[in-house]
Amino acid sequence: MQTSKHNQTAIQRSTLIDALRTILVDDAILFEQEDLKPYECDGLSAYRQLPLVVVLPETIPQVQAIVKLCQQHEIPVVARGAGTGLSGGALPHSEGVLLSLARFNQILDINVQQRTARVQPGVRNLAISEAAKKFGLYYAPDPSSQIACSIGGNVAENSGGVHCLKYGLTVHNIQQLKIITIDGELIEIGAQGLDAPGYDLLALLTGSEGMLGIIVEITVTLLPIPERVQVLLAAFDDVVKAGEAVGNIISAGIIPAGLEMMDKLAIQAAEAFVHAGYPVDAEAILLCELDGTNEEVSAHILTVRKILQDSGATEVRTARDETERMTFWKGRKAAFPAVGRLSPDYYCMDGTIPRKHLPRVLKTMADLSKAYGLPVANVFHAGDGNLHPLILYDANKPGELERTEAFGGKILELCVEVGGTITGEHGVGIEKINQMCVQFKPLELTQFHAIKAAFDPKGLLNPGKAVPTLHRCAEFGAMHIHHGELPFPELERF
Amino acid sequence: MKEQDLSQALQVQVQTANENKSPLQIRAGHSKAFLGHTVNADILDVSPHQGIINYEPTELVLTARSGTLLSDIEIALAAQNQMLAFEPPHFGDSATLGGSIACNLSGPRRAYAGAARDYVLGTRLINGKGEDLHFGGEVMKNVAGYDVSRLVTGAMGTLGVLLEISLKVLPLPEFETTLVQTVDTTTALDKLHDWALQPLPISASCFDGDQLMIRLSGAPTAVRAATQKLGGETLENAGEFWRSIREQRHEFFAGDKPLWRLSIASTTPPLKVADKVLYEWGGALRWIKTDLPTQAMQHMALTAGGHATLFRPGQVQAQQQPQEIFQTLPDGLMQLHKNIKRAFDPNGILNPGRVYPEL
Ligand SMILES: Cc1cc2nc3c(=O)[nH]c(=O)nc-3n(C[C@H](O)[C@H](O)[C@H](O)COP(=O)(O)OP(=O)(O)OC[C@H]3O[C@@H](n4cnc5c(N)ncnc54)[C@H](O)[C@@H]3O)c2cc1C
Repeated sequence: MQTSKHNQTAIQRSTLIDALRTILVDDAILFEQEDLKPYECDGLSAYRQLPLVVVLPETIPQVQAIVKLCQQHEIPVVARGAGTGLSGGALPHSEGVLLSLARFNQILDINVQQRTARVQPGVRNLAISEAAKKFGLYYAPDPSSQIACSIGGNVAENSGGVHCLKYGLTVHNIQQLKIITIDGELIEIGAQGLDAPGYDLLALLTGSEGMLGIIVEITVTLLPIPERVQVLLAAFDDVVKAGEAVGNIISAGIIPAGLEMMDKLAIQAAEAFVHAGYPVDAEAILLCELDGTNEEVSAHILTVRKILQDSGATEVRTARDETERMTFWKGRKAAFPAVGRLSPDYYCMDGTIPRKHLPRVLKTMADLSKAYGLPVANVFHAGDGNLHPLILYDANKPGELERTEAFGGKILELCVEVGGTITGEHGVGIEKINQMCVQFKPLELTQFHAIKAAFDPKGLLNPGKAVPTLHRCAEFGAMHIHHGELPFPELERF
Repeated sequence: MKEQDLSQALQVQVQTANENKSPLQIRAGHSKAFLGHTVNADILDVSPHQGIINYEPTELVLTARSGTLLSDIEIALAAQNQMLAFEPPHFGDSATLGGSIACNLSGPRRAYAGAARDYVLGTRLINGKGEDLHFGGEVMKNVAGYDVSRLVTGAMGTLGVLLEISLKVLPLPEFETTLVQTVDTTTALDKLHDWALQPLPISASCFDGDQLMIRLSGAPTAVRAATQKLGGETLENAGEFWRSIREQRHEFFAGDKPLWRLSIASTTPPLKVADKVLYEWGGALRWIKTDLPTQAMQHMALTAGGHATLFRPGQVQAQQQPQEIFQTLPDGLMQLHKNIKRAFDPNGILNPGRVYPEL
């Protein structure tokens, strides 16, 4: 069995490579073990797999030809941007082609008057803002990975960032897409106006994790750079108070540009790493960024400062200048690697909850942390309820990765139980495929599969990701709850 | 408001219609019946399915049944100093939330705050097979599964019967003022484009051919500073003015000629039409009352990077159905639309033909 399958693959592979040579130059086709290695995983390195072949096309007709070839031979196609994804979305398929968009790295046009940039998918997120800066414009969604991640990957994941509370996610900041369907057809989606006729395929493609089409061009919306930006740092002796402060700011009618929370472990890790001057005894800190016109920011700073104090902050600092503002942010931006220094490995989760359930979720998470014997640090896009618990573990200790994954799974199920979601911005990929069975009923998953089939009837684009089969859910469900049908608390069940 | 949960009854009706392959026209407030083709089929009345299910002002989230009156929702929000930021047109007292979302209609604030689809967080719907499905949720960030909630926003009921909708809501602006400047068309468009490149607290714009109206929203100090910078007279009764634009009660909209909606690149120079044009959204939305044929209007919109909708047929046209209302889609795109329609409604029973004959 094994051998025959191998032989079959080997034949396929050499014919495939020959066929690819008619489409691409030699250096755009990788198939030697050592050349494939850099592509074996994305940012979630716990999952690794070598593809059959990696291709690096640089024109749309090349992508069309590759996809057509794969469709003809029923070979899976996995798109890859910069490979910074945290859910294994770009994990290769052992029998498939990994299609890297890295050579699609051109900013094609910045239309200043229309405030748009037309870019290729491999362009780095930050490069767009850098190019637009001379026109006083920028691209708002700013994932922490923005120096590395590609805009194509951002669209495929509907990525967010620190500023999405006020400026929205990727889906709110793009206007047009060009995609290649599995038939190799080039389809233009969206329009140069503010809406387009027919169904909102722009939204459907955004966050579709490479399952519906290959994105080959994106027109993003640019915004004027705000006149002024200011940040406040508030310390709290209680996480719950910090959570309430967030609600109080929003109730006062202010939507900050960013509103981030870190818990004690995260604060201490960040402080030890970058020396941002964070109050290390605090149970939680909030970073509240305000932007807009000079007058608007001046008015809101006073209000927010008072709200933070009234909410029980033990200390409130306002950045005196741009340097101090950057220092305040430095700790937050470096939070993941900082926590990473505390332990050999860390696992980043990405659930979203209605903010009012924060105390209960944090409490349960602390209990779970004890039960599993794994520490957890919390970094939190507090404004929009997006939690990033970072579980500390050591992959070299037998069983610890499995325990970490089980703990992580529990956290996600907890998010669903309180009315939230298993992923706020990192996507389902392969990582959260089981938790999809918790979040959605079989009929809903069936609807997702029908959507997938509307684009890709043979299931060749990124197979096995994002939406679990019902069979998989049945197996998973045998051990798990569904939609909170078993009563809370979770802890009683292990 | 009479709170009532009709989910099950509606589901049974869709299931029956699906079994019999007999089409349904989904109807709630009937306030947007003028938009799109007439569907000749049994009525599925969603209007009694009413009630705000959850409203959390500090979380900026509201969930309501689709038959809930838009006005009831706006009253509930205003009581907490909040609003629907996309400023939806009502087109009648009976307008419901479901209808507004199904049509994805947005008002003057759209160019500055986003469209209805930008605020949709989750939906519960019945697909064409009569299945009761839930997508998205009540949180701002959610990337689990395909974004079905936004896909059905603007699908005009052709993919599912909306049962519940969760929306992100926003605080009401602290202060607003509207400025008026008397300028010609080219100057008006130049100014709009220029301002769009600056960080200004603009929340609406309209040019009626003679006068440019600009609404500013935000902290009073910020609005006053922008007022100084932009200049112009302050418009009295500004609230009523913007409502008249949103609801198409403004005198521009009077008369029997067909009303065309062109959603195009904001930077498009003045269109070459003899008829009067009303501009909104910084130049990206243009209303034209004209007798020009559909083909000419579609061509004009396409050349300007956008699309044309015969928003309200004239009296003559109304009697000569059918003709195209929405911009013709290229073949490949239409094929995808057909596939998606089939994925939700295999027997084609939900509002068939309301948008395109093929869907
Ligand atoms: C340190 C760190 C911090 C991060 N911070 C954030 C954050 O703040 N917010 C956030 O949202 N994410 C964050 N991420 C996650 C990640 O950066 C984003 O998901 C990003 O959008 C992935 O982009 P990429 O180019 O690396 O995509 P990849 O990882 O290469 O691919 C991601 C998915 O998109 C698909 N894909 C990629 N390109 C295309 C294309 N052209 N067409 C079709 N499908 C495509 C792939 O198949 C895969 O499913 C972070 C990651 C790291 C490592």
